[in-house]
Amino acid sequence: MITFKIERFDPDVDREPRFQTYSVADNKEMSVLEALFYILENLDGSLSFRYSCRGAVCGSCAMHINGRNRLACQTLIKTLNSKTITVSPLPHQKIIKDLVVDMDNFFEKYEKIKPYLINHSVEPEKERLQSIKEREKIDEMVNCILCGACYSACTMSALDGKFLGPAALTKAYRFYADSRDTAKKERAEIVDSEHGIFRCHTLFNCSEVCPKKIVPTYSIQKLKGAVAKKRLS
Amino acid sequence: MGVHHQIIVVGSGLSGLRAALEAKKNGLDVAIISRVQPVRSHSIAAQGGINAALGNASEDSTNSHAFDTVKGSDFLADQDAVEVMTQEAPGIVYEMEHWGTPFSRTKDGKIAQRPFGGAAFPRTCYATDITGHALLHTMCERSVYEGIKVYEESLLLSVVRSDNSVCGIITLNIKTGEIESFSADSVIIATGGYGRIYGNSTNAIINTGSGMAFPYMTASVPLKDLEFVQFHPTTLYGTNILMTEGARGEGGYLRNKNGDRFMKNYTPNVMELAPRDIVARSIQTEINEGRGFDNAYVHLDLTHLGREKIAERLPGIRDICIYFAGLDPVEKPIPIQPGQHYSMGGIACNKDCETEVSGLYAAGESACVSVHGGNRLGGNSLLDTIVFGKRAGHYAAIYLKSKPKKDCTTAIDAELKRVKAKVNALENSTGKENPSKIRSELKAMMVTNAGVFRDKAKLEAGVVKIKELKERYKTIHLLSKSKKFNLDLLRNLELEGKLVLAEVILKGALMREESRGSHFRTDFPTRDDAKFLKHTIAYHTEDGPKLEYRDVNISKFTPEARKY
Repeated sequence: MITFKIERFDPDVDREPRFQTYSVADNKEMSVLEALFYILENLDGSLSFRYSCRGAVCGSCAMHINGRNRLACQTLIKTLNSKTITVSPLPHQKIIKDLVVDMDNFFEKYEKIKPYLINHSVEPEKERLQSIKEREKIDEMVNCILCGACYSACTMSALDGKFLGPAALTKAYRFYADSRDTAKKERAEIVDSEHGIFRCHTLFNCSEVCPKKIVPTYSIQKLKGAVAKKRLS
Repeated sequence: MGVHHQIIVVGSGLSGLRAALEAKKNGLDVAIISRVQPVRSHSIAAQGGINAALGNASEDSTNSHAFDTVKGSDFLADQDAVEVMTQEAPGIVYEMEHWGTPFSRTKDGKIAQRPFGGAAFPRTCYATDITGHALLHTMCERSVYEGIKVYEESLLLSVVRSDNSVCGIITLNIKTGEIESFSADSVIIATGGYGRIYGNSTNAIINTGSGMAFPYMTASVPLKDLEFVQFHPTTLYGTNILMTEGARGEGGYLRNKNGDRFMKNYTPNVMELAPRDIVARSIQTEINEGRGFDNAYVHLDLTHLGREKIAERLPGIRDICIYFAGLDPVEKPIPIQPGQHYSMGGIACNKDCETEVSGLYAAGESACVSVHGGNRLGGNSLLDTIVFGKRAGHYAAIYLKSKPKKDCTTAIDAELKRVKAKVNALENSTGKENPSKIRSELKAMMVTNAGVFRDKAKLEAGVVKIKELKERYKTIHLLSKSKKFNLDLLRNLELEGKLVLAEVILKGALMREESRGSHFRTDFPTRDDAKFLKHTIAYHTEDGPKLEYRDVNISKFTPEARKY
């Protein structure tokens, strides 16, 4: 048997979070998300968590599992190598109920960086050309699924509630580095703000937890370099 | 009477977002109601690509795209609708590119295109193997740019109509647990498919079909062609996560346990690039006749493609295999089996996305326009979502300009009261049945009785089983009383819709005594155009669906035997 210690909290009823323990048959091919469904259907119908794709592409089920932010669907029990699995909501976020956190702050920051391609030139009849090399520059960044694992792992995001954070900044660089985007100056100004790139202390927490193996630190460093160049010129 | 918007779009995948953007462009007050935050929508999971006759990889034409689509559909698609979709395809893809979609590129910087099953030319535009992700993010980004209002995490429970026009919707606010009403002059349903009725589905867990079931049950909107269920040939054994058709498009082989590329025995001319229904049946035949591994799966072999090509064209597939199956497809073949993937059927509507209820529109997988007929070609679903999402928004906007003023207060209040009472009764039910058992029995039954191969006996047994499950559903008890994020309540409301849709699938399949596209009857193995070149239309009644047939629109392409 595997013991699941799951953090429970309903702000309407509970004063503070508590841990509840469940025993789940030792099925090593099972993901943590499947185990949560097993608990929901057989042991405790009151458990709340988010889910959608179960294939590591939608970003719904990011949570804190055995000391690290992960996607529950992508985390097979056998890879944790542990008889006890502790599951908590993403750290430093407001809890709606149990493992479900409020993502409003996260998406507000995403919206702040103007997360869309800006190009005011007349749209050509066909595609805007982009070379394979130019496309490669954003290859990693476009994989971001906005799950929030990096944001919740970021010490600066926890300390400075206004810090744009690793996900939004990665998105900012995704557009900054896109050869079709013409708003480089505008983007540099947005990220070169009091709560922007220079609040990043390069701790790599974000890069360590990303379930898509993206390195937000890289994007942030590239933006820092671009801004420094702009300031010096 | 709750909140009012001129247009309410239900669903925030590609078609819902595109519909909302089009309505907004027309200067209308539009809002989206969604089961999830938009980037969590199932459109994100599409991998392989989106079809458009751009001619970037070889010559191509929209006419060729239209013919391939109609032939692929086994001639059940409406040809006027296919004409619209294929002609608009290049413009739609260029628009997404202009909005920022990071398509993979050719050497000369154009949008890259790869071959897909059933297509005469390499026509499928792609962004490595995360095309749905790339498109959905672009669409979400555009909706941020346009400031589209989204009410997240709400489940559609009812479409309210008065006489023959739409009044609004009733929803469950998942975060708060409240039942809420929204009035609207027009409602667009874009809620995706019902894959999770089946036990072996590639679909997101949220794809329970309630966006089809509740409009059908509450507003008497008919459903069309629901017996046409696509089984994707290559889903990962165990979890049924999709292994894109792009894997075969890039040159992947299918092998049975003897190592044979068995497609040579089924479609020797096109081998692995036959349409999905044919490849799925071929694989299932290999398994049924004892040439599969463990009587359950065959291999999708990419090992000869080489590390570099897999890294460049199929990186997502590689990651999925590593995380979910513990193998690297660079070194080892992938265990795959057919699994439920897509619903060709859906809410009955015409090429302008109009349903039989004035002001009510449908688009994407929840709709049946019908462009896919009996079988959808790979790369046509992403195209369908955007073309018809845009059209739904456009025609809803036109409808609003001539819409007579009417007061819906009474109708909405009455329906709000009815839904509240229903949910209340469910919350307080004291029956003995654990609904999880009903859910899992339903899923297993649908795979066995309404799967890749069907016959009269299996389908009749399925109908009997559904009746039993519907009876047992009346005696369930909820496991949770919590208000916020009550998954137990949410999933059991969805379960009611699943049971209703499953019955429509089974009865439609039972009545259709022929084999066409994905619907294969072993007791009627040939296509019967004389009797069944028709759409199945299902109307809701308390005793199950009332079925009738409607003519298919045939214009350019005369039905012929479908050979590859």
